[in-house]
Amino acid sequence: MGAAIRVEGLGKRYTIAHPLQDGRYRTLRESLTRGVASLFRPRASDEEFWALRGVGFEVPRGQRIGIIGRNGAGKSTLLKLLSRITDPSEGRLTLEGRVASLLEVGTGFHPELTGRENVFLNGAILGMSRAEVRAKFDAIVAFGEVERFLDTPVKRYSSGMYTRLAFSVAAHLDPDVLVVDEVLAVGDAAFQRKCLEKMEDVNASGRTVVFVSHQLAAVRRLCNRCLVLEGGHLALDSTDVDAAIGAYLRGDGAQEAVWEGTPAGAPSFAPRRLALTLDDGTPLRGAAPVSSRIRVELDAEVADPDPSLVAGLAVFDEAGELLFVSHFTDGPERDWPRVEPGMLRLACALPGGLLNEGAYRVEVVAELRCRESILEPGRSPAAVWLRLSGGLSESPYWVSRRPGILAPRLEWRGRLPG
Amino acid sequence: MSPGTGGPAPREVVVIEAGRTEGRYWRDLWRYRELFYVMAWRDVVIRYKQAAFGVAWAVLRPLLTMAAFAFVFGRIARLPSDGVPYPLFVLAAMLPWQLFSGSISDGSLVLVTNANVVSKTYFPRMVLPASSVAVNLFDLGVSLGLLAALMGWYRFAPGAGLFLLPLALLPLVALALGGALLLSALTARYRDFRYAVPFLVQFWLYVSPVGYGLDAVPARYRGLFQANPLAPLLEGVRSCILGRPLPGGWVAYAAACVSAGAALAVGVAYFRRVERGFADVI
Repeated sequence: MGAAIRVEGLGKRYTIAHPLQDGRYRTLRESLTRGVASLFRPRASDEEFWALRGVGFEVPRGQRIGIIGRNGAGKSTLLKLLSRITDPSEGRLTLEGRVASLLEVGTGFHPELTGRENVFLNGAILGMSRAEVRAKFDAIVAFGEVERFLDTPVKRYSSGMYTRLAFSVAAHLDPDVLVVDEVLAVGDAAFQRKCLEKMEDVNASGRTVVFVSHQLAAVRRLCNRCLVLEGGHLALDSTDVDAAIGAYLRGDGAQEAVWEGTPAGAPSFAPRRLALTLDDGTPLRGAAPVSSRIRVELDAEVADPDPSLVAGLAVFDEAGELLFVSHFTDGPERDWPRVEPGMLRLACALPGGLLNEGAYRVEVVAELRCRESILEPGRSPAAVWLRLSGGLSESPYWVSRRPGILAPRLEWRGRLPG
Repeated sequence: MSPGTGGPAPREVVVIEAGRTEGRYWRDLWRYRELFYVMAWRDVVIRYKQAAFGVAWAVLRPLLTMAAFAFVFGRIARLPSDGVPYPLFVLAAMLPWQLFSGSISDGSLVLVTNANVVSKTYFPRMVLPASSVAVNLFDLGVSLGLLAALMGWYRFAPGAGLFLLPLALLPLVALALGGALLLSALTARYRDFRYAVPFLVQFWLYVSPVGYGLDAVPARYRGLFQANPLAPLLEGVRSCILGRPLPGGWVAYAAACVSAGAALAVGVAYFRRVERGFADVI
């Protein structure tokens, strides 16, 4: 008794068949020919891969647990296992009470349906009964601030309205255990704050929350325990959330700041590698001084070039606040790198003395201009952490982090009188 | 309210162990019946919202197909219809046929079109193909209005057999659900199946007594035709609606009912076996 979630030796294995070779999906024809072929020789083409292995922990009722880790550390897999979307390959999972998972806001929302209809639809998908949705309907609508558009099809909603309505349905779930993914990365800052407050309310009522996020500040604010995943294993488990986050950032920094991709993106732009190096080309390990220029190398596979491709970086602070976006098409058109089928290799540099001490998330973002988003800021899996520490100034007064996000050194001089 | 919602009710415990399908599957399915209603309702609303003619579409489709069949088989081929006006004769089997064909074609795609929901939430996946069948049952209800209008036009009085219609639809629904389960699971796993289903439906229509009656089939081929479980079931529905004796006999009908039950069992068994992996392959 007492544990809302018990995880014992949990593991999930995926089989990777021909990666991206002939499309993402298996066809019957292929399976038949492979089946016949395997009668004569053992199948060697399939590769096994443990996304998660040997993970065990227990979450007492009422605890708010944050799960952090780099991309590919197994966070999403763990989340999918906890929310019963996929089955473990080994180990055991015990859930006590009603579990609701929120891996995306607005799952199942249909553009043709009105706001009112979508509230009922989405509520049912999240596991609410119609009576429950009816009882909470007014509260949901008020929280989402969409009263006037209740009978408008959501295809006519702005993305902000859409997100607000979708989130408010989710926010009114009343489960014993709430499993939440990176859902707060959407919506405007004011609404994000409102959501965080709502989730704190949820906590106050003694609910168990599992929260996965890149937004370390949100984890810090919301959680009273923190798990760090690394390479599919549990690297750290601590009720001192600040310490765990600090250790995660340090541990993360000790490794090279390189992301090498599991397939992401689209045929017009699929990032494969993102690496940060120092100015002399040596890979960045640990923290870099604030004053140093950081070079960024970005390689992406382009199978199907599109003239409207816009790609580059988005840089977030630790709180998940977007600081800036930079694209390879920011200069005059004649200077843009040519986009041709094959590997597109891009480089740029983050100027020294721009950002303050701290941890920053550098993401690959891309879109087909005004048409289609490929990798949206805040949702891109192709990302690395950049840690800056020291190198602030030679001034004896400037010894530690200054308030504020930026740390530029302006040139001060005395003016001659007159 | 479902159990586990309220505070005072004892909290339920779910244990998931690798390689063991959990025992509470059917209870879960029952608990998610609301989702089933909502999914079916969603598809009905969307179908009638999106189609340019709205409800007219549900009437026009069987009406035009019926007209073409009645002309080809009734006027050109001059096949017998046992004294019933040929359009009525065709429509009486066309409606259950569309229930079946609609269910398996919608059902085959339902997991793929709802891939987003499947990969982001847990629920017994069987809800989805079942809602495809429910939507087609709703369409059947709409089309029955068309049938009633046509009967009025021809001043044709249905017999007491009409009361047996729900009973006659039962094995058909079982066959449709079995087919929808099987094809949805196969399409989720093997994407090329989606190209096979339209062909399967078209072929099945030709060998089923929709545009013609089983009586019109020469005696030496009739056994072969009745091996198609759909043939006696469609004739069964037609007999109920038109109030005439069942062609082909009760033995064939009973055999078809058994086949329909077996199809449902196979569909459920296969679906359950592969269901747990859907989120990984979709």
